[in-house]
Amino acid sequence: MATASRHPARPGPDPSAAQAAQAHGSAASYRKGFILALVLTVIPFALVMGEFLPRTATVAIVLGAAVVQMVVHLIYFLHLKTGEGERWNLVALVFTAIVVGIVMAGSIWVMHNMNYYMMVPMPMPAH
Amino acid sequence: MSAHAMNAQAHASHSAREAHHDAGPTTALGFWIYLMSDCILFAALFAAYAVLSPATANGPTGAELFDLSFVLAETFLLLLSSVTFGFGMLAAVGQDRPRAMRWFIATFLLGAGFLAMELYEFNHLIQMGAAPGTSAFLSAFFTLVGTHGLHVAFGMIWLATMMAHVMKDGLTDTNLTRLNCLSMFWHFLDIIWIGVFTIVYLMGAL
Repeated sequence: MATASRHPARPGPDPSAAQAAQAHGSAASYRKGFILALVLTVIPFALVMGEFLPRTATVAIVLGAAVVQMVVHLIYFLHLKTGEGERWNLVALVFTAIVVGIVMAGSIWVMHNMNYYMMVPMPMPAH
Repeated sequence: MSAHAMNAQAHASHSAREAHHDAGPTTALGFWIYLMSDCILFAALFAAYAVLSPATANGPTGAELFDLSFVLAETFLLLLSSVTFGFGMLAAVGQDRPRAMRWFIATFLLGAGFLAMELYEFNHLIQMGAAPGTSAFLSAFFTLVGTHGLHVAFGMIWLATMMAHVMKDGLTDTNLTRLNCLSMFWHFLDIIWIGVFTIVYLMGAL
């Protein structure tokens, strides 16, 4: 609503401008999203390039920053909301996230197991 | 008719929704669902990459090949292009055509810069003997990163087409709906790139 008031009823030929303006956020939301995305990009690159932390900590922070940055993009650039009219967008996104999770985690898990049991000759610890 | 009691702006947007059978929101939802299916396509490529990345067949590994400062520059170009597209959309919605065109041209140039860097990198890798046929790791790398690059290339063709549409017909409802879909596509590609630089380049370099 705040954004709609930034485009006060223009007498222009497009009556849906105010309605569309709501869906496109505001300059402030893009600036905010840009700064957050910048920080969430620089942190993981700096950690990997500088090797400041132990490997496990770096992996955790790098993956965490990626997930947070994806959410930042969804909120500030794609203007994903949880409101009434936006529900199906969110439902489709959640469904997709579940499928993506199953595809990726499942593939890595299954293939890791297969490598472990069948393909790669590993030095087995003595039983 | 309660609509008469509303202020002019609300009345205008209300009647636009009802009288013109505005297909904008439906089209946007349909395009969003396409993007989600594209997301699953990328998930399959990411999964293939994650599984195959250790399979370097005695060839070069990611840690030996990737230049992170180069990738960081690519990331900045794509992120900036997302923001310039956002400002372009705000100008387009505000019916400011010259301003919108300037932002769209900036977006196009940033996208072209990203794509040029990616092609340079691919060429450089192939010259170094790290071609798609060298190992399963590199096949998966070129497929995943190349598919993203192909999406960016198509996004740029679409953006050039939309700039021609806007110059010819102006910022009509139809063109705004199309631009809205393109902006979702463009922002979506930036989100996929977060996955690419995290899983391929950063994790690969660790």
